[in-house]
Amino acid sequence: MNELVFFINNVVVSGTVSGSIYAMGAIGVTLVFSIMRFAHFAHADMMTLGAFVVLLLTTLFPEVGGVVGLPSALLLLPIAMAVTAVAAVGIDRTFYKPLRAHDVKPIVMVIASLGVTLMLQGLIRLFAGTGSESLYIAERKDIFRIELPFELASRPIVVTEPQIILFVFAIVAVVSLHLFLSRSRLGKAMRAMSDNPDLARASGINTNTIVAVTWVIAGSLAAAAGTLLSLDVAFKPDLSFFLLLPIFAAAIVGGVGHPYGAIAGGFVVGFAETLAVFNWSVLLRPIRDSFPEWLELPSNLALVGTEYKIVVPFFILVAILVWRPTGIFKGKVI
Amino acid sequence: MALLEASDVHGGYGGMNILNGVNMAIEANEIGVIVGPNGAGKSTMLKAIFGLLKVSQGEIRLRGEPITNTAPNKLVHMGMGFVPQEYNIFPSLTVQENLEMGAYIRPQNFRRMLEQIYEFFPPLLEKRRQPAGELSGGQRQMVAMGRALMVEPDVLLLDEPTAGLSPLFMNEIFERIKTINAAGVGILMVEQNAKQALAIAHKGFVLAAGQNRFTDTGEALLNDPDVAKSFLGG
Ligand SMILES: Nc1ncnc2c1ncn2[C@@H]1O[C@H](COP(=O)(O)OP(=O)(O)OP(=O)(O)O)[C@@H](O)[C@H]1O
Ligand SMILES: [Mg+2]
Repeated sequence: MNELVFFINNVVVSGTVSGSIYAMGAIGVTLVFSIMRFAHFAHADMMTLGAFVVLLLTTLFPEVGGVVGLPSALLLLPIAMAVTAVAAVGIDRTFYKPLRAHDVKPIVMVIASLGVTLMLQGLIRLFAGTGSESLYIAERKDIFRIELPFELASRPIVVTEPQIILFVFAIVAVVSLHLFLSRSRLGKAMRAMSDNPDLARASGINTNTIVAVTWVIAGSLAAAAGTLLSLDVAFKPDLSFFLLLPIFAAAIVGGVGHPYGAIAGGFVVGFAETLAVFNWSVLLRPIRDSFPEWLELPSNLALVGTEYKIVVPFFILVAILVWRPTGIFKGKVI
Repeated sequence: MALLEASDVHGGYGGMNILNGVNMAIEANEIGVIVGPNGAGKSTMLKAIFGLLKVSQGEIRLRGEPITNTAPNKLVHMGMGFVPQEYNIFPSLTVQENLEMGAYIRPQNFRRMLEQIYEFFPPLLEKRRQPAGELSGGQRQMVAMGRALMVEPDVLLLDEPTAGLSPLFMNEIFERIKTINAAGVGILMVEQNAKQALAIAHKGFVLAAGQNRFTDTGEALLNDPDVAKSFLGG
């Protein structure tokens, strides 16, 4: 029974945590691709930027959360989302729009976004230093221990406050995005532009507006994902380094240009990662006695070591590109 | 005053000229038909009118007002609709969402126009919740025309509306075009089925190598032995 609890804590909870973060990042990557047709490499840095803005605001107002009993960082998150959304639109106007106006090849846009990556990383490091910082400044992280009503389960399921916030936020974000894309006039116009930009223009849809809306959604979701991850672990200026590959893998696994695919892809990558680093030996322990004598159960039986977790999305990426380049939901082949 | 008038239009793609001085004019309530061999520049001419292509010389006027090199979304506001030859629907959007995008700039007209379009193209009502990309060729063409009609344009540009359709569907589309025109919409269309199209045309323009070869009423062109010999297959 304790083995099951161990599995829930290490796979179900952490898989859902990574999955939600990756999904929110991948939605942005996929939306930007479907509207502007380029892989936006600076996306993970927008996630870091959002978290950095929250860190900045929380340092300035460490106590505001106490008023309503929520972490200050969470209360300040909407401001950071707005700041990041504005920054995303600004970055587009300054760096990407002039290139689009010249009808450059997508690879030029990709290189430009690499430039933006380096610039954002430099800027964030300039202000935040290189160490990691907790977003819980004036308060403590609540940890919930859920005892199971079984005799054999002596260990509790452990969920932290930021994890619960993350789950709730991810569900709200996904449902709102779905309603936006399927019900609102602007959301439909966004899908129309993704389908056929020329016809969208011929229908009188202002494509500049759609581009701006795309950046607002992608930027604010990125800020939220980056912040919620930092809230769970800690803010690191090199956060994007650990996010870039998984969110791109998630977007591609789900089928590029397909928002629902990006969500599914996020969870596929998140769970694949946690399953790959999970110590399976723990689950085998109860049946150890039935093993033949010559078979010694090793104490650690994980597919890859935690420090090599990053190879998992890489392998998923290679596998999907080889076997099903359109992703789970048929996306655009790049 | 002509509804739509193009005089001495030159233009092309990236420096290469495809149109070398095209002239055409249609009055309100008229159907104009552009015919000509493959690669003559027929589609290019419609794109030039609709601002999808840079016009380097000449002038295009809508109700006398110059619209040369005006952006497509502005032209939609001025009452022009365009149905391209290919890629003329939003395949992943449902039929109804396609029509809604047609009314994007006039959301207040959406419900009323939607009813009219469904009445006009009954198969679309049945398929309204289906992604447009899953429909048959004829029904896709209905979606494409329906989308353009949603803004109640004064002039509609159609690029080969019957391409790839069975004769039955073809006749149906021609009938619809006549009805649309009878309701007061000026039409300028490109057609491969030259004889059938010229038969319903008030004005006809035979293009070749980016220039007018013949310009006359539809009837006169149909009966012109020179036109018949070189462009209508005898
Ligand atoms: N996007 C483009 N870029 C460059 N050249 C083009 C483009 N589209 C068409 N052309 C060229 O312009 C010329 C005229 O093409 P256009 O499509 O106007 O012909 P058309 O009369 O409509 O022929 P069709 O009957 O085949 O539709 C052709 O030589 C074609 O190769
Ligand atoms: Mg053509």
